Amino acid sequence: MLVESPPSKSAAPVAATRPRNAARTAGLLAALGVLAAIAVASIAVGAKQMPLDQVWHGLFGYSGTPSDVVVRDLRVPRTLLGLMVGAALGLSGAVMQALTRNPLAEPGILGVNAGAAAAVVSAISFLGASSLTEYVWYAFAGAALVSVLVYVLGGSRAATPVRLALAGTAASFALVSYVNAVQLMDSKALDKLRFWTVGSLASATMDTAVRVAPFIAVGAVLALLLGRPLNAMAMGDDTARALGADLTRTRVTAMVAVTLLCGAATAACGPIVFIGLMIPHLVRVFTGPDMRWVLAYSAVLSPVLLLGADVLGRVVTRPAELQVGIVTALIGGPVFIVLVRRKRMAQL
Amino acid sequence: MQRLTAQNVTLAYEQRVIAENLSVEIPDHSFTVIVGPNACGKSTLLRALSRMLKPAAGQVLLDGQAIGSLPAKQVARTLGLLPQSSTAPDGITVADLVARGRYPHQGLLRQWSAQDERIVAESMASTGVAELADRAVDELSGGQRQRVWIAMALAQQTPLLLLDEPTTYLDIQHQLDVLDLCAELHEEQGRTLVAVLHDLNHAARYATHLIAMRGGTVVAEGPPAEVVTAELVERVFGLKCQVIDDPETGTPLVVPATRQARAKASAPAAAV
Repeated sequence: MLVESPPSKSAAPVAATRPRNAARTAGLLAALGVLAAIAVASIAVGAKQMPLDQVWHGLFGYSGTPSDVVVRDLRVPRTLLGLMVGAALGLSGAVMQALTRNPLAEPGILGVNAGAAAAVVSAISFLGASSLTEYVWYAFAGAALVSVLVYVLGGSRAATPVRLALAGTAASFALVSYVNAVQLMDSKALDKLRFWTVGSLASATMDTAVRVAPFIAVGAVLALLLGRPLNAMAMGDDTARALGADLTRTRVTAMVAVTLLCGAATAACGPIVFIGLMIPHLVRVFTGPDMRWVLAYSAVLSPVLLLGADVLGRVVTRPAELQVGIVTALIGGPVFIVLVRRKRMAQL
Repeated sequence: MQRLTAQNVTLAYEQRVIAENLSVEIPDHSFTVIVGPNACGKSTLLRALSRMLKPAAGQVLLDGQAIGSLPAKQVARTLGLLPQSSTAPDGITVADLVARGRYPHQGLLRQWSAQDERIVAESMASTGVAELADRAVDELSGGQRQRVWIAMALAQQTPLLLLDEPTTYLDIQHQLDVLDLCAELHEEQGRTLVAVLHDLNHAARYATHLIAMRGGTVVAEGPPAEVVTAELVERVFGLKCQVIDDPETGTPLVVPATRQARAKASAPAAAV
């Protein structure tokens, strides 16, 4: 979807947009570099520190040594899951902000993650769901249901950014209280849920990663394909339709993408807040409003933040761990305040 | 038959009917202006012609086919619309905004090309915003911004261009500026233009074809010199006036009657 303008001999003003695209491409490559470095750190850092040669050995020369096992069975799945979940959260945040023309839209703030979480908790507690394969479907259902509910509560077609955010926050609070209540009543489920509900990569297994991968892959492809129609829609519904954009198809595709991404991410790690809100905002400062770039950058930088927070969580309380959901909330709170105080936040 | 026509259309928002059994032909290569008092249905008609509003009955035909049944992008390559309000994404540059007009010409397999680049440059040049290419749209004045939106619609490269009140919110000089630009697009590029305007004198000066509406029906249409008469203005707008020759252009110029004369004229009507 990323389009480099080919060289042309046209007027100077248009030529001036090309260096900007070159800068965006270079920035994206740099971001990929950072992501690779963080991924290696995520494999190397933990309760048991790994020198890089051991990381290498575990990845490419597996021979069953204890550190090979740690690398292959613990660190690699955790890192893969972090990459996928991070990208999922960033993409869904970027899509939702564009779709609702709402700078506050984020799967966390609009209650989508809480909806997925409530559905999964209910399934574990009341329906005896015990495997991730089951979680995923409940998570999708919960995410989709709450998206619709918040849209209706927020005023449907008359929805404004503020009303949607209020409806989403209210729904989030209610659902989180519900999740807490269920955990208190059901002490057996409590342990299983405790890490999950704060958002954690700690229990990641290769099995989890493999199972959520297809959902996140489909969601990510759909989200990345939405760049141009979302660009058209950013100029208002009439202008978008005048340009030949199909609003209904774009909205439906976007909701499917968001539900897949948030549902899969939440089923795998529990609700992780702030990444979907923060990253697209930070990205936009650099890329400008072109959604093709915003989506691409969000997909790369969100896992950087998620894995970074996860690595940080493993380091600060070593040998214990701080769940990544707590770390992102700790980082996210202050960043969110800075964002709110920025003058231009009011408009997308 | 003309390229763009409305045939016996009934236009309604939800249950509120704005116009019934309305038929209109937009002459090819004309600069058609739709005028009429507030709530006469002129903007609604333009919305129907630009497929923003689906007629409750009847149909709008583009090149002989129902406009609603044609693929959205195909229509967007033939017919452009400048809506009453558009939102410029925060921080977008003029060149980037104008480039978005190329949307209907692109697809997954048809990416940005040198030709797109050239058309964007031409669109900015012909609307006089080329020097602003790298400026942020939200920093521009109202008049400049309107030119940028017109440039975006031009980049769509449509033979037909519809404009919904393009001069609203602009001061007099920028109003004329936008209308001059429309006249140039019509005369020099041979595009068919359809605009809704509030100012009857602007309409009379710039239009080659005038459609006067009242209460959801077309009261008169034709060249301004034939359509704009004191009798018609009174019938359409309920305004007592003289129509004289514009000393600059010779087109009809509407001069409203004095307050006293208008009060006298409307008194019997109000009693009825």
